[in-house]
Amino acid sequence: MTGLAGQRAVQLAFLALALGAWQTLTATGMVSPLFLPSPAAVYTALARLLGTAAFWSAVEVTLATIAKAYGIAVALGLAAGYLVTRSRFWTEVFEPIVSGLFTIPITLFFPMFILFFGVGAGSKVAYGATYGFFPVALSAIAGLSGVDERYLRAARSMGASRLDTFRHVLAPSALPTLLTGLRVGFFICFASVLGGEALSSIAGVGRNIALSAELMESARMYAWIAVVVAAAVSLNFALSWIESRASTWEGLSR
Amino acid sequence: MTPAAVNAAGPGAAGAPAISIRNVTQRYAASGAASDTLALDNVSLDVARGEFVCLLGPSGCGKSTLLNIVGGLFKPTSGEVTVGGRKVDGAPLPDEIAFVFQESTLFPWYTVIENFRVALKFQGVPKAERDGRAMAALEAVGMEGFARHYPGQLSVGMRQRVNMARGICFGTGILLMDEPFAALDEQSRMVLGEDLSTLLAKTGKTIVFVTHSLAEAVFLSDRVVVMTARPGRVKTIVAIDEPHPRAPDFMLEPRFGAFRNELFALLRDEIRATMAAQRDPQAAGAAP
Repeated sequence: MTGLAGQRAVQLAFLALALGAWQTLTATGMVSPLFLPSPAAVYTALARLLGTAAFWSAVEVTLATIAKAYGIAVALGLAAGYLVTRSRFWTEVFEPIVSGLFTIPITLFFPMFILFFGVGAGSKVAYGATYGFFPVALSAIAGLSGVDERYLRAARSMGASRLDTFRHVLAPSALPTLLTGLRVGFFICFASVLGGEALSSIAGVGRNIALSAELMESARMYAWIAVVVAAAVSLNFALSWIESRASTWEGLSR
Repeated sequence: MTPAAVNAAGPGAAGAPAISIRNVTQRYAASGAASDTLALDNVSLDVARGEFVCLLGPSGCGKSTLLNIVGGLFKPTSGEVTVGGRKVDGAPLPDEIAFVFQESTLFPWYTVIENFRVALKFQGVPKAERDGRAMAALEAVGMEGFARHYPGQLSVGMRQRVNMARGICFGTGILLMDEPFAALDEQSRMVLGEDLSTLLAKTGKTIVFVTHSLAEAVFLSDRVVVMTARPGRVKTIVAIDEPHPRAPDFMLEPRFGAFRNELFALLRDEIRATMAAQRDPQAAGAAP
């Protein structure tokens, strides 16, 4: 029971235990169904939800918002990382600034995003992009400035052009660090967009969760949350898989 | 039969030298110090076509710096280097000069064959020729069976064979080797040195080789350039008049030991000067 199968078995057991606890708490009436409906009630709500057109349009709005926010975060984060690491001087000037800014709770500025970009999807795109920018930029700075000088010198001695050096030396060397940043950035973007929608919005999954809560439709709210959890878990699996495939050379004995 | 110290250009000095180093001086702006550090002081040296020259000297004497200047990776503060009549001015000439660094400069994110492909791509070799040249070079060092391995899956000695093959596959007339065997143990070092000697005798390349090892210098070189402690100058040049390729038996001959002892005697004072300078930086350069 020590292999991968064993680990999976323990993880599944925890999941079953949580479901059992949920069932027990609701069936015995220890928790009011207003706060936590039974698993069966949530399941029924979920099944009903999936059949509605409103569900799919909300999912579409949210996915489009996340895609835009993440696209902007990645483009700006990578560009910033590349430019900053062109010299040791700028790396040392900007790295502490970027990581310092990242510690600020940007949530506090959420009203300003609404003010500038309106209550529609635009404010959520800007908010998610701002949050997602930092982990991408920081990992790009770390990855690109961590490239071993010897590889760069070897490439130069072989006559590598600037583009060749980026493509065959800088990028692959930075990739493992960068992929971690891209994954973290994605989930921060994901959480920011949903959170933004829940705080103030006119459409999207986050808006529907907040609305269900306001209307005291707990089963419906949990059904929405279940959709988000399922999406997050499967995306995490997909991104981890890509991450492990992209750097097979890492971890070989050096 | 005593080994002679000669200062003239090496064998085959009749033709134009492959590499000509004229009055090269290199200063570094030392951080925190009032004055610059003088790394190389007015170094001049000619290397003949097809010659194997070792740069030998204490650590920090500027031998690697000199190699990097010859290869166009550093621009000297003053002085000039010409290679085949072309001036090297702080820009590499990948069609004339190939470098072999320590084994760790193989890109770990590419397999052996991919390392060759990108290296040849960097050098501007057409795509159709790359695999053929890579495999030929790997066969020359007996590593053709490891083309699909990542460097991380090979031993240090195997990596260095691959690395040497990468330097050779460029087909340049000049090979600059910067302590390529430094990470190897003594035994692998000797075997690889032997293979290198055989391999290079066939190709007729001009080689400048930086090393710490006296035995390596004697075994491989036509001439050994002994450098002084910092600032690096050419102290003397020792010619090793033994034909290539050299058999391992050469190491057992009394001549080999005599060369080795001569080099050690020349180096000993410089190593002591380096150590004294490390203990007391103020007195550096004031040594007798």
